[in-house]
Amino acid sequence: MSKVMVVTSGKGGVGKTTSSASLGAALAQAGKTVVVVDFDVGLRNLDLVMGAERRVVYDLVNVVQGDAKLPQALIRDKRIETLSLLPASQTRDKDALTEEGVGRVIDDLREKFDWIVCDSPAGIDKGATLAMRFADLAVVVTNPEVSSVRDSDRIIGMLDSKTRRAERGEKVEKHLLLTRYDAARAARGDMMKVEDVLEILAIPLLGIIAESPDVLTASNLGCPITLHNPASPAARAYDEAARRLLGETIAITAPMERRGLMSRLFGRKAVVA
Amino acid sequence: MSAEALSLPTILIRGRSVMALVVAPEWPLEEWLAALDEQMRRTAGLFGHRPVVAHLGAAPKGGAGPESVLDALDALAARDLRVIGVDGVDPARLAGTRWARLPSLPQGRETIPQGRETIPQVAPAGPPPPPSSLLVDRPVRSGQAIVFEHGDVTIIGPVASGAEVIAGGSIHVYGALRGRAIAGVMTGGEARIFCRKMEAELVAVDGLYRMAEHWGPDLHGRAVQIRRDQKTLALSALA
Repeated sequence: MSKVMVVTSGKGGVGKTTSSASLGAALAQAGKTVVVVDFDVGLRNLDLVMGAERRVVYDLVNVVQGDAKLPQALIRDKRIETLSLLPASQTRDKDALTEEGVGRVIDDLREKFDWIVCDSPAGIDKGATLAMRFADLAVVVTNPEVSSVRDSDRIIGMLDSKTRRAERGEKVEKHLLLTRYDAARAARGDMMKVEDVLEILAIPLLGIIAESPDVLTASNLGCPITLHNPASPAARAYDEAARRLLGETIAITAPMERRGLMSRLFGRKAVVA
Repeated sequence: MSAEALSLPTILIRGRSVMALVVAPEWPLEEWLAALDEQMRRTAGLFGHRPVVAHLGAAPKGGAGPESVLDALDALAARDLRVIGVDGVDPARLAGTRWARLPSLPQGRETIPQGRETIPQVAPAGPPPPPSSLLVDRPVRSGQAIVFEHGDVTIIGPVASGAEVIAGGSIHVYGALRGRAIAGVMTGGEARIFCRKMEAELVAVDGLYRMAEHWGPDLHGRAVQIRRDQKTLALSALA
């Protein structure tokens, strides 16, 4: 049975696209057939993060409006053959999507793929509600800071009311992915602690991804971090999160503050590597 | 079955609950209208576009004739009040006038002040009165509003920042209250607000409200009870 997973947050810039690409790649590396779908019409980023920006011919809007068939728009990833991308349009905007059209595309994708990862745009209007509309489960991406947490709370409320599943009386499984976590700042009290975020949002924790320059490097190279640098802490965290989605039980450990050899010798705080 | 009948859309009829303001004119009408005008002048947007129910129980019967209720309704309409229904008056008095189609909206819990004669109403044979308390057993998320004007509201779970609970009676939050709680819309000053962890943005009982800056850090994060004490709100720690 295929699963439709929406990666959403409410707040912008918290790591939805990065997480969609990384989780999608990790699920594909675990042997599943995966498609990542970009719902951010007009401001598409998923194609850049996946390194496919020069191969986009047709996009989600073309398929919804019937100008192209689904196989024409799907872009197979060159590094993992079970991973594909359905990009968004850059020249149109969210009004070009219709619920009925998106529903048809999702149904088609369900027949071809085990996992359909929907990368939601920021906000709570049409783009975000369409991305979550057909979801079976949701990953709510949150930074440990107050505005992100409140926006995520709003999105969680909408997952319980604006999805097809909610309207049928079923539950959308929700998972919290805490991103850009900085252990040093949390310890100093500059940033919310994991327990504080969990107390407010009250959904199960999927994983904690520490703030890491590796992630930006990978994005700029157009390669999801789990493919680009699988040994990095962020990639390992995403890989564990993907395995938890697949049902494995792995204990979550909050990333510790990492100190290099020199700072241990001289007792100064180094930039987290 | 004809093809036409098959293709008709199914029409879903949903219910909607709205909060209306009750306006109860008193006679002699001129004096009451003058007082109303003064209050409306002092408080801009007192009624706004809110729906209004005209309670006409005080209208003199008999001698004055049916004109008295019509005068009252005309006067309210002239002041741009959106009258959506009437109470305390026999619909027959409105028959044949422009107000004939106003629905009769009898109240459940409203208390009518002493010393006023009320016109006995024929009790409508209809559905039983609605339940007087609401139980919500999941968190109230940011942006959600729980509105229940018939009685108490009990929430098992937190009320998030940016959410609000509006109750006719008391509000009981078995969790952290981080949003707004507005109690006593129906029962007035008797209503109270209880919570396990006080981090609210705004609390109100019977129209009197306070914001977090009013009660300071002493009560923050504690189990608190809020009630109306004459002209002020009293907040006290529980246990």
